[in-house]
Amino acid sequence: MESVTQFSGKVVPLAVADVDTDQIIPARFLKTIEKLGLGKNLFHDWRYLADGGPNPDFIVNRPRAKGGTILLAGDNFGCGSSREHAPWALMGHGFKAVISTSFADIFRNNCLKNGLLPIVVDEAAHGELFAAAEADEDCRVSVDLARRTLRLPSGREVEFPIDEFSRKCMLEGGDQLSYIQQQMGAVEAYERAAPNVLNTL
Amino acid sequence: MSKPRTLFQKIWDEHVVVHEAGAPAVLYIDLHLVHEVTSPQAFQGLRDRGLKVRRPERTMATMDHSIPTTDRALPILDPIAAKQVEQLRINCREFGVPLADMGMEDQGIVHVIGPELGLTQPGFTVVCGDSHTSTHGAFGALAFGIGTTEVEHVLATQCLLQDRPRTCEVRFEGAAPDGVVAKDLILALIARIGIGGGTGHVLEYAGEAIRALTMEGRMTLCNMSIEGGARAGMVAPDDTTFEYLAGRPKAPQGAAWDSAVERWRKLPSDAGAVFDRTETVDAAGLEPMITWGTNPGMGVGVTQPAPEPNGNPGIRKALDYMQIEGGKPLLGRPIDVVFVGSCTNSRISDLRLAAGVLRGRKVAPGVRMMVVPGSEKIKVQAEAEGLPEIFKAAGAEWREAGCSMCIAMNGDQLTPGQYCVSTSNRNFEGRQGKGGRTFLASPLTAAASAVEGAVTDARRYL
Repeated sequence: MESVTQFSGKVVPLAVADVDTDQIIPARFLKTIEKLGLGKNLFHDWRYLADGGPNPDFIVNRPRAKGGTILLAGDNFGCGSSREHAPWALMGHGFKAVISTSFADIFRNNCLKNGLLPIVVDEAAHGELFAAAEADEDCRVSVDLARRTLRLPSGREVEFPIDEFSRKCMLEGGDQLSYIQQQMGAVEAYERAAPNVLNTL
Repeated sequence: MSKPRTLFQKIWDEHVVVHEAGAPAVLYIDLHLVHEVTSPQAFQGLRDRGLKVRRPERTMATMDHSIPTTDRALPILDPIAAKQVEQLRINCREFGVPLADMGMEDQGIVHVIGPELGLTQPGFTVVCGDSHTSTHGAFGALAFGIGTTEVEHVLATQCLLQDRPRTCEVRFEGAAPDGVVAKDLILALIARIGIGGGTGHVLEYAGEAIRALTMEGRMTLCNMSIEGGARAGMVAPDDTTFEYLAGRPKAPQGAAWDSAVERWRKLPSDAGAVFDRTETVDAAGLEPMITWGTNPGMGVGVTQPAPEPNGNPGIRKALDYMQIEGGKPLLGRPIDVVFVGSCTNSRISDLRLAAGVLRGRKVAPGVRMMVVPGSEKIKVQAEAEGLPEIFKAAGAEWREAGCSMCIAMNGDQLTPGQYCVSTSNRNFEGRQGKGGRTFLASPLTAAASAVEGAVTDARRYL
């Protein structure tokens, strides 16, 4: 994945809690064997009307969302299906980060492995961000991954949690598979040492 | 004496290959299940890096999501689905991965065939690019869904990077009343803790109502752990587990079986083992459950009213989508479709429950009922028991094995506005077809509702 360090961007507020990955990208778009080209299907059934035209009321279609790179989402974003097509679609559309009070486990893992930054903030910062986004259509925030901080429009900085390993991989554009590959000596030793457990298959 | 450990902790400890400071644990994976939808990009990743599948014998592939459930002799009409299915064949051939292809006797929904073949065993780590991998926890395995990048990691190394989750014991106290089955237990739990309530946790189900469940019931229960947000769900192995596994093709045989059972008997959580959290559900006080909204946590007892919004935007949005009124029970509400199937409820005992209600009865006029067995083997078993005749005589459709209308990728889908009582696991907006509306329930409730053409309390049909 590409390295991520600091960036700032316009906030796109999606004030819905418990957005499941079926909403992020409906299952009928998972028949592809590619990772690319999924951005157009992001939030498909909320974003397009029955005639296929854009739903003008949906936040991602509104003029204010143009150029927005940071999705501000409700609690428990990304629940449900494990489809990695969800972060692929968000990134394909141009999002670099999603801010919420909480993320579903598999979705969060999938984001971190693709360089889409899941930023967890507390309820106070979450509320402040939604209020700022309501007051200002050009509401922007800045992310500093090295310092694990998010600068809110008010100028206030909040820290967000991210595990050290994922942070390092994102900062350096590092590859998690190569880390496991470096451990293959230990894996082979493990397989030799645990024959009773492993030989049942 | 060593410190008492939970079932989860024992499996975790046994599978950590290496755990360096500042990095997640490298966890060894005993069994990797693969299907057509979440694997093509992972196999392409291997190709791009010039890597092999490290342990093909610990890997098993099948096709289930994109495939039609109509006559297997016919070609797949959707060219994109056909290409995806063909790509899995190419990938399995090229990388030496065993494949239960369409038309083969082992084919079926990935979470149905793993246990059926005896691949899923107590104490294992099991992963698949599918959130319902939690199903396999029914055997006392640590089983969870992963993304496609992680599928590639496991294909290449047989390992996965994992942070240790927290543990939660979920006790179901008392015996479940008649008409309350595994599906109702898990829907009741999720209604209680919410769809994010289990995030970051592995659930261990315990208590009288869990011990009384068959393996198929335990699979239904563990299957929907993810709908409570949990990383995994598990049930400690016992004689019920061993009886189910004995003699299955991939289970240990002879002396190896005896020594495996001896090891498996040491897996249950030790007395005094400490969980990070505990939840208790009064199983004896439950009634059949049904969901009224657009996530699996939006469920109530079938005689209870759906909630009123009272200013809650999530409830308001769900009631609007479902076009139902808060404050009233769903009982008697007309339905269009009934779906019996999915990795949650497509096993032989589920089909028997549905058939038991339908025997000598008819599906209500104007209602479409689909029965989709979870695997080829279940289909054959059901045929041997005469179940398809009961379904067909009642006016229901009897179809080929696959995920079908649980995920509506294969053409089996609701039309906009239709109401469906479904034994599947997700009632998300559009999950069963764009604009479709889903009421999740047990096979008993689904079959009884098919007969009445409306949401029904199945206890009247026992």
